Amino acid sequence: MPIRALIIDDSSVMRKIVTRSLRQAGIDLSQVLEAGNGAEALAILQESKVDLILCDINMPVMDGLEFIKQLPGVPNAKDVPVVMITTEGSESHVVQALSCGARGYIRKPFTEEQVIPVLAGKQ
Amino acid sequence: MTSVDQVRVVRGDRSDWAPLMELATREVFAMILGCQLTIPETGVEGSFDATSMVGLAGKLCGILTFACSAKSATLMATKMLGVAADEGSREVLDALGEICNMVAGNFKNKIAGLADGCLLSVPTVVTGKNYSLHSLADVAALEVRLLFEGMLIIISLRTNS
Repeated sequence: MPIRALIIDDSSVMRKIVTRSLRQAGIDLSQVLEAGNGAEALAILQESKVDLILCDINMPVMDGLEFIKQLPGVPNAKDVPVVMITTEGSESHVVQALSCGARGYIRKPFTEEQVIPVLAGKQ
Repeated sequence: MTSVDQVRVVRGDRSDWAPLMELATREVFAMILGCQLTIPETGVEGSFDATSMVGLAGKLCGILTFACSAKSATLMATKMLGVAADEGSREVLDALGEICNMVAGNFKNKIAGLADGCLLSVPTVVTGKNYSLHSLADVAALEVRLLFEGMLIIISLRTNS
């Protein structure tokens, strides 16, 4: 079934790469929404429902960890899986993200093969 | 007091890092651009009018630079995005910055103690050749030279002791 994804990254190039990687991994995307930081993403989620959120950690304005902390207060985001995408290998960031409710994380650079298990919650 | 991780980073023989930097770069190109880098023959020269830089701070302080030609940068962006990119465009510069960012991140994640203890800056991209780079880093630069589609790229790491 086609899904709607929200991709949050301050790099527009990275957002395109993530979109392309999802499609190459065989994920049927009916719509891709993009945000440049957590605050933009929260604003989008006030208006739109999505099935999956992929979120960078280090971003200006509102980073990924703050975003995921605020997510439970957004009705449209209830039960939506969030996967963190990061260049940093920081275990503390990953632990924080997972403790805040992220389903998993993907470290950049990543292959399509690495994306699928994370999205399926089998990381 | 110096932690065990700091000892590894500070006292470690950084000449051992060159293979890790090469591997980190190769992995980024294989995963994100879908291409294999090769080793240049001695004496191969290149044009370097696009340079991306990422700063490192924490247990390792310094700067990682990624230099290539404008033609290489455009081809990298095209491969990353899956659509033709225009030379000198914002997309090309962003792509070059992302490559440098991923190489720096992938490299530091391969060294014990750095994944958690070293932060990266937002990438900066310089275009043109008429500049000189002066870093306060006091350790000799570590340099890796590779070929991307037959064009030379140079990855350098300048660090403080």
